[in-house]
Amino acid sequence: MGSIRVLTGNYAAAEAAALCRPDLISAYPITPQSSVVEHLSELVHNGELDAELVQVESEHSAMSVVQGAAAGGARTFTATSAQGLALMYEPYFRMSTLRLPMVMAIATREMTSPETIWSGQQDAISVRDAGWIQMFCDSNQEIVDMIIQGYMLSEHPQVCLPVNICYDGFYSSHLTCGVDMPTQEEVDAFLPPRSANHSALLDPRSPLALDPMTPGELLMNYRRNHLAAMQRALEVIEETDRKFAAAFGRSYGGLIEEYRCDDAELVLITLGGMTGAGKDAVDESRERGIRAGLIKLRFYRPFPAARLASALRGKRAFCVVDRSVCFGWNCGPMYVELRSALENCGSYARFSAIGGLGGADISVADMARVIDRLNDIKDRPGEYGTLWLMKDQEAEV
Amino acid sequence: MEEIRLHGRGGQGVVKASQIVVAAAVKSGLHGQFIPFFGVERKGSPVYGYLRLSHREIRRKTQIYEPDMLIVMDDTLVTMPNTYAGLKPGGAVLINTRRPLEELNVPDCASVVAAVDATEISERRFGRNLPNTAVLGAFAHVASLVDRDVLFGEIAAAFGEGNRLSAAEGYETVRFLKGGNQDV
Repeated sequence: MGSIRVLTGNYAAAEAAALCRPDLISAYPITPQSSVVEHLSELVHNGELDAELVQVESEHSAMSVVQGAAAGGARTFTATSAQGLALMYEPYFRMSTLRLPMVMAIATREMTSPETIWSGQQDAISVRDAGWIQMFCDSNQEIVDMIIQGYMLSEHPQVCLPVNICYDGFYSSHLTCGVDMPTQEEVDAFLPPRSANHSALLDPRSPLALDPMTPGELLMNYRRNHLAAMQRALEVIEETDRKFAAAFGRSYGGLIEEYRCDDAELVLITLGGMTGAGKDAVDESRERGIRAGLIKLRFYRPFPAARLASALRGKRAFCVVDRSVCFGWNCGPMYVELRSALENCGSYARFSAIGGLGGADISVADMARVIDRLNDIKDRPGEYGTLWLMKDQEAEV
Repeated sequence: MEEIRLHGRGGQGVVKASQIVVAAAVKSGLHGQFIPFFGVERKGSPVYGYLRLSHREIRRKTQIYEPDMLIVMDDTLVTMPNTYAGLKPGGAVLINTRRPLEELNVPDCASVVAAVDATEISERRFGRNLPNTAVLGAFAHVASLVDRDVLFGEIAAAFGEGNRLSAAEGYETVRFLKGGNQDV
């Protein structure tokens, strides 16, 4: 049995990563992720974690170092946020397209400009098509559990892809609460060493050139295989959730979590830490006789289109709440994806809501406002203007 | 669920004090949650904190707009418009101050106003303005959800015996300026 420890989201992430016995960690500090790296260096320094910790001068180098180590067969970990992720983008893309497994935490943060260090999901969302699996957590417990599951998923022979475990900067990264930490023995029993599934790509005893210039036909073959692995991951994610539930007694629903959806007419769709406020708003609206429910999208890549379509079948109205924007569509990016996922999208009353940018809160009152608007439009299918969750204005486009 | 908003300045230990309350709550079998809200992270700038204690799982991870209780670590903040914003009718206010009630700008809706001179306690004991543990001692007197002995144990575990004594002094010397048991 594990023990309840009182930890911030970042410390929970660091402790969970340590339990997965990484061979090598390399990271560069950036707000709001810094204490992940600080705590891991502390664990290594104190001799509590037997891992190589490589100090680097930038995120580009951090990803390059873990990339080399992963190619050499190591289990690796890193973490970043926002501008750090942007600086990392070049080796970040190569990590997934080399099909190297690893777990990277992202304490999600708004992208500059205007200058900001606060919360938002624009950073992770902006790299959604760089070939990584992307998962978003609601609670500190989920951060711990998903980092552990992340390695199993990433190293699964049918998947072989790096995984982002994302959680909201400040609202989760700096949130302190009780967390049920598994023991080392429990994690060891759940998660085999990486060498159990992979032989090293790079081995000094049999030298090879990794990633030579590749002609188009062959490159397209790699891309097709990468996309196929992403689709296989949809099932592996569900299977990993079941295995984790059997071992640790906690299930999160796999690709999506459905909350009070069975008899719901109206559905809120959320991502990450806003989910808790959404659930509270659903409960409060139920007390007012409004049949609301909530779907937490847990995996953004691969996109769980079939599960979402099935969960929304028979519902009358939905709203997707995004903590980032889609510059090309005048709405939130997850909303665009939802539209693509639904063959019968036109039969719903629906709209996109955008809130929580640059550290702004998404409050229970904001979520209640979304539910009330859904209730108003539920009998008139069609697309309604984007709702901006701002305090002092009714800012509908 | 009890919602407590903290106001202080960078360097006064708002974050650590709140984390200690969460640890004490969890140890007592409650649920606790704390979210700090920094402006720019430097000494002296205003810091907010959102602390929740509950018998049930705490799901919302949001700011606190209508607190049941306010903890003000620095009485230069009482004139800032945010400090008392949204205090629930019947709510409680705990302030680190030596000033009288008339100078504290507390809204009429507060039913309890408690004061502790935590700055004096910490400057005398530690030679620095680190008011958080004395304020926590006063908090143990004002708030009912957290057990005093468990809280003091967590203070000692985090900061040592000197701070347990500082908390004990905060507990003993808290003054009720309005409501509560004013004889204490």
